[in-house]
This record gives sequence, C-alpha cells and structure tokens, in this order.
Amino acid sequence: MNSFMPSTTFAVLLLPFIAALFAPALTRLLKHNAAWILALVPAAICWHFSGFLAEISAGEVVTGGYQWVPALKVNFSWYIDGLSLTFALLITGIGTLIVLYSGGYLKGHAQLGRFFSFILMFMGSMLGLVMSDSFLMFFIFWELTSITSFLLIGFDNKREASRRAALQALVVTGGGGLFLLAGLLLIWNVTGYSEMSLLLRSGSLLADSPYYIAIFVLVLGGAFTKSAQFPMHFWLPNAMEAPTPVSAYLHSATMVKAGVYLLMRLNPVLGDTMAWHIVLPLFGGTTLIVGTLLAIRQTDLKLMLAYTTVSSLGLLVMLTGFGTEKAIEGAVLYLVAHCLFKGALFMVAGIIDHEAGTRDVTKLGGLMTAMPITFAAALASAISMAGLPPFFGFLAKEEIYAGLWQVSFWGGLLTIVAIVGNALMFVIGFVVALKPFLGRRKLKLGNVHEGPVLLWLGPVLLATASLLTAIFSPMTHRLITSPMASAVEGEPVSAYISLVPHIGMPLLLSLITVAIGVFAYINVARLRALMIYALYKIGWGPDKGFDQFIRGTVRLSFRVTNFIQPGRMEFYMKVIFILVAVSILLPMALFDEWPAMPQWPDTISRYEAVIMAIAAVGLFSVLYAKDRLTAIVSLGIQGFAVALLFMLFGAPDLSFTQFMVETLSVVILALAMTRLRLTPTDHRPLKEKIFDTIISLACATAFVLLLLKVTQLPFDTTLSDFFTRYSLSIAHGANIVNVILVDFRGTDTWGEIAVVMVAGLAILSLIRIRTRPANAIAANDPAEEDERL
Amino acid sequence: MTLLVGIFFAVAIYLFLSQHIIRMLLGAAVLGNAVNLLIFTSGRLTLEIPPILTGYETTTGMLTANPLPQALILTAIVISFSFFAFLLVLSYRAYQELGTDDTVEMRFAEPENQDLPPLGY
Repeated sequence: MNSFMPSTTFAVLLLPFIAALFAPALTRLLKHNAAWILALVPAAICWHFSGFLAEISAGEVVTGGYQWVPALKVNFSWYIDGLSLTFALLITGIGTLIVLYSGGYLKGHAQLGRFFSFILMFMGSMLGLVMSDSFLMFFIFWELTSITSFLLIGFDNKREASRRAALQALVVTGGGGLFLLAGLLLIWNVTGYSEMSLLLRSGSLLADSPYYIAIFVLVLGGAFTKSAQFPMHFWLPNAMEAPTPVSAYLHSATMVKAGVYLLMRLNPVLGDTMAWHIVLPLFGGTTLIVGTLLAIRQTDLKLMLAYTTVSSLGLLVMLTGFGTEKAIEGAVLYLVAHCLFKGALFMVAGIIDHEAGTRDVTKLGGLMTAMPITFAAALASAISMAGLPPFFGFLAKEEIYAGLWQVSFWGGLLTIVAIVGNALMFVIGFVVALKPFLGRRKLKLGNVHEGPVLLWLGPVLLATASLLTAIFSPMTHRLITSPMASAVEGEPVSAYISLVPHIGMPLLLSLITVAIGVFAYINVARLRALMIYALYKIGWGPDKGFDQFIRGTVRLSFRVTNFIQPGRMEFYMKVIFILVAVSILLPMALFDEWPAMPQWPDTISRYEAVIMAIAAVGLFSVLYAKDRLTAIVSLGIQGFAVALLFMLFGAPDLSFTQFMVETLSVVILALAMTRLRLTPTDHRPLKEKIFDTIISLACATAFVLLLLKVTQLPFDTTLSDFFTRYSLSIAHGANIVNVILVDFRGTDTWGEIAVVMVAGLAILSLIRIRTRPANAIAANDPAEEDERL
Repeated sequence: MTLLVGIFFAVAIYLFLSQHIIRMLLGAAVLGNAVNLLIFTSGRLTLEIPPILTGYETTTGMLTANPLPQALILTAIVISFSFFAFLLVLSYRAYQELGTDDTVEMRFAEPENQDLPPLGY
C-alpha cells in the first residue's frame, strides 16, 4: 500500500481518461472508423482484468494503491474481489461493443469525437467506482458517473427534452450522491475505517451501532436514486433522450447498477437486519411491479426497455434485500444476464430506429426478411429476458425462484411479485423482439435493410454470450457467479444451477410465469389501453412532480432574492445598522457583560466641556440645517471641535491633520454643492424618521456601552511601551507618533499613500468622463455600448 | 467623552439612513470622526502631554498620551478624507447622470418589477 511502485492496474484505471483526451483528434482523422481503435482501450482493460480471474475464483482478493492524503488517512486504493471483478469485466466488455456500436450509430455526426470522449470518460468513472477501496475515491467516481451521464443524456443539446432529461438525471442522482457522502462519512466516523476492504472485515460493528438507521437511510438514499427505485424511477425513462448507445450502456448495463453494486458491496456489513430485510424488498418489489406496468403502456421500443430496466433493478434490490444464499445467487445471475440481454435489446432497438426511422412498435412490422441478423440477436436476447432455456436468463430466473420460494407469508408474497414482474417482462421482451419483425410489412417503412457490421456486431456477440454462459454454466459459476455471490454474501458460496431441468418448485413457478406471459402477450393491446386509462385517471406522477419542484425552486429563489435584495439602498442600510446594534448588544445581554455605571468625572475642565458642547451643537445643526451652506459650516464646526479635542488630549499631530482635512473638506464640499441643486432637508415621512432615529440611537447606545466596557477593562500597554521605549534608540526619532508612522509601520503608510493616490486617480477619471446622452445609460446593453464606441 | 462618541455615532447613522446621497455624504464624514474618537478614547485619555521624547530621557517616566492610537487615527483621517472626496465626486457624477439625489429613485443596477427568470429547461 505504501509503495509508490507503478502498477498496471493504476495505469489501467487512468487509461480511459487518457483515451478520452485523444478521442476527438482521432475521430477527426479517421471519422467513424476511429471506433475500431478506441474500442481497443476497453478491450485491453478487459484483458487486464480477466488476468485476475484465476486468483479471484480461488477465493482471494487483490488490493493495491497509493497514499493520497496520508494526514487524513485518504488513499487512492483499489479492491478487487468477485463483485468488483465481475462489474469491471461487464463494464469493459460491453464497453468495447458500445464503442464499436456508437461508431456505426452516430456515423457522420458532427460531434462524434466528443461523444467518444464522453463515453470513455464515463467508462473510466464507472470502472473507478467499482474498483474503489477508499470511500473518498468511491464517492468521487460515483459523482463522476452522474456528471458524465449528464453530459451524455444532454448530448443532443439543441432539444429541450434532452436538456430537461439531463438536468433531471443530474439533480436526482447528484442529490442521492450527497446522501451517500453523508452515509459514508457516518460509517467512517462510527467504524474508523475509510476503506471498503477494512470495513468488510468489521463484522457486525455497523449493524450494532446506534447510528445504524441513519447510515441505512443515507446509503439507501444514494443507492435508490442511482438505481432508479420507485418513486425516484422517473429520471431513467427520461434519460432515453440520450443516443441509443448511451441508453444501452449507462442506463441499462452499467451506471444504474451502481446503486445495486453499493447495496451488494455493503450487504455483509449492513445487511441481515430487520430493516434491510423489509425495506429493500418493499421498495424493490414496488419498483418491479410499477416498472413493468408502466412498460406495458409504452409503444416506443426504448421506453419499453427503459421501464423494464427500472423493474429489473427493482428485482435486484428485492433479491439483495431478501438476502438468502440462493436469493443472492439469483441476484448475481440476473445481474449478469440482464447486462447481456438488455444491452443487446437496446442496441437492437437502436438499429431498428436507425434503419427504419421509427421506434414506435405500432408502426413497425415484417422486418424479419430485411434484417435477419438483427432479428436473430433480438430473439435470442428476448428469450433470455423471458427466462427460457437455453439462455442465461433461464438460470437466473430459476435461481431467483429457488431463492424466494419459502413457505412463509413474506417469501410467498415476494414470489408472487416476482412471478408477475417476470411475466410482464416476458411480454415486453417479446413485444420488442417480435412485433417489429413479424407480421405484415408496414407500407410506410420503405426500403429497410440490415445495418452495417459496426451496428449488429454488439447485439450478436452479447446474445452469443448469453447462450455460451448458460451452456458452459459450471465454468461461468466457477469464474463469475460463485466468487461474486461470495463477495456479496461475505462468505464462500457456490452456485450449481445448470440448464438441465430439475423437477421442483422453481420449474413449476417458471411454467406459471410463462403461462401468464403468453396470455398477456396475446392481450397486450388491451393491457396497454387499460394502463393508459389508469394513468390518465391518476394524473400526477413524480415526473410532473420534478417539474413542479424545479419551478417551485426558481420561484422561491426569485422571491427570496426579491426580499433580501429589493434594490432599495435604505433597506440595506437599515438591515446593516440593525445588525450592528444587535451583534454588539446581544452578546452583552446573553453573557451579562454590561459595563458598570460610569462615574461622572468631576475633574472635567471648562475647556473640555465647552469644546464638547461645540461639537455637539455642530452635529445637531448638521441634522437640522435648512440650506446647504449651514450644513457645510456645521460640518466644519464639528470637525474643528474634534481637532481641538485631539489637541486637548495630547495629540498635536492629529489635531493639525484634522484641521487641514476639515478645511479642505469644507472647501471642496462647498465647491461641489454649489453645482448641485439639492435640498439638504429631508422629506421622509415622520414614521420612517422615528424608526431611523430608533435605529441610530440603538447603534449609538451599543457603541457607547462597548466603549465603556473597553475603558473599564485593564489596559494592556505592551505595544505602546514598546514604541515608547525603542522609538529613540532604534528609530532615532523623538516624536513617537511620527516614528510609528514612517518607521515601525512604514509599509502601512506606504499603502495609505497608495490609497490616496488611487482615490485621486478615480476622482480625476470620474470628472473627465464626458456626459453621455441620457438614453445611453438607460439602455445598459454592452453590445450597443461597443457599437457606439 | 464617551457620551460625545455616542452622539457622533447617532448623528452619523441617522444621516446614513436618510435617503439623500448628500446627507449620506455628510454622514460619512461624521462617521469618520466618530470612529476616530472611538479609537482615541479606547486608547485611554491623558491630558495635554504629547508623546514626544525630550531627548535626555531614555524612558518616559511621566505619563504621556498613548502614541499608538494616534498613529492609527492619523492614517485613518487621511484615508477617510480621500474616501470622502471620492464619494463626493461619485455622488456628484451620479446626480449628473441620473438626475436625482434620492436613493429610492436610483434603480439603475437593480430595476424595479423584474420578471421571473425563465421556467423552462
């Protein structure tokens, strides 16, 4: 951990970001064929990680990293076990295919280079997320995936729907990220560990902690927003505004699984509690049902798939929460299966859209002969999604039923939920895979033909993977399923399920699922009409709620701004002075530090009394001056009175300066005032005058009390003594004030001279600006201003 | 003396709160004096003996005025004067450009009745 040796894994984690840097230039050179080269990056990373397979399947874990901020115990460290390795392989494996697919899908697009760059950046973030050992790194990558997702959803930034979807995704997942941050910090505080690898060995430390519920809620806040659990599911279907490669990659195979990843990762330390077993299946199950029902309603291929992604995520959360060994295995199998078939189906939807020009299932039909390869891939993936042999989805579904089926109320209920959900997903899968291809060719479609190799390569390879992983299930289990399930469970687990049918409850449940599915498929149009009617009746949804929330925020901030910044100077002034009075008086009142009542000085000399009286008279006549000359003269009177006071109390230098400054002030003021037609009397209403008087008196009282308190405290003469002692011996000056100014605090005086100079320059420039026509300033438009110049 | 400082502050703040720039200007001048006197008083008052060493004494045995606040105030006086002059010219120019000396009517930077920002995306 402490070694600074270069590590391949570190380089591999950085590689996508480096590739993202060069992608635009490369795309400018090679056009869409740059995909072939850029795809080498994820392929190489995938190759690197597959090297760990042997070690991980033997039950070991690999860690590594560097110190980042040692003082805060923050490291840049990674942790590879079955869970993160499987994710890494999926991210980079599917990533390779997605990069190729994007090259075909966005061929000729002006911003293709930028798109490649975003996709690679996302890949790097997601890879970092699943690899992270330290919490801080985990959080940073978590937020990076949100940000790159924002960039990708809003890729088509000229459309408002895109921008809205991007913003929505960012607000929801970014907000969840804040929950996660709080949760991680709390975990850090409770356990003292800042790394996953150490946390996982902490046993039941977290589950026993009094902060468990807080941690639980915060972590769930992060996971549920990221993984689009009901009622935070609405951002995911909207994210389908993104180009299809993004939907296939981020919003089905990888990013949305980050929440599930988080739950699985923390299952050994947070799981196996009452709250975990109830809350997770509750939300997961609701999401599963709601997602499938909403999917039925849609006619757009991508939106149907998006809602089934929501429900699949619900299923995963439900299984993770249920937490039996078989359920975890089922979740693991389903996660992998889902990545394979959903990624493929999204790409198929994209190909259909690309070639036929529409994604509306009611407008599509009879494309089988035109697009045989795509059809084959779609069919295979749909079979996997429906959970039929001989594909990987079948294994997953059997294991799910085996995991959920218990003779108990809770188990039974969740089994029914799973059956309904699966049956409806069965329907959607076949609607997507069959409806566009079978039946009569719709006339409007025109001459549709198979897409280029860049497009169909991805779905075909994924469908093949679905098949091969199922056929060679023992090897899949040994390399992927068992290590991953062990990591989630926290103890060694082995999966055995294979394609060979085994008579028992799960198979029976599967048959029920298929029966319901077939029945629903035949009646899908009626179901859709029913759902549309039901949703019309409900009327309000979280998606609308988001709009209301955003509008409400804008309105609220507008009101707040208008309230605290009404643009009225006197309002600002009042607030400031009220705060001044309060901030001085309140601490005195709270800590009971009122000054003692001062004694009236009996040795007050006649000079002093007279001069003070003059000053007071000057001040009041400034207040009540009826014309400007009186005001100026009274201002002068109080200034000179102050100068005299300085003189009396042993400050001749001050006195001289004050005399000079006051004289100058009066002269300048008199000069300027003659040019202004001003009425120095005040025309405020009486009520305001009284209020202002109260404010000023309160402030003045505060200052008087403060001053009294200060003068009643013992006086610290250290600094003054220092200056007095050394002014002659060091600085060779007898006038201590002068010595302080030009010698001890010489730099200060320098600054002061600079201020005077700048003020002089500013005054000069203000005076020399020529008066522009009155409308010039009213327009306040910089562009116009430039034109005029 | 403390009481006098209080009167200075009250007058200065009252002038600040009036809505005329010229009265606020007077307020600024008075406030400068008020703060100076505040510093001066909190440095303790001694009568009539300026802090000047007379050459043949090394340490001042007798009680002189505190030199430190004086140095601070000297700086402050000069600064507040240049500030005052700047404000004066600024308000003069503002009056020329905007045709008013009432801050209520000076709504150039923050106009009244602004519309809601756009609610779309």
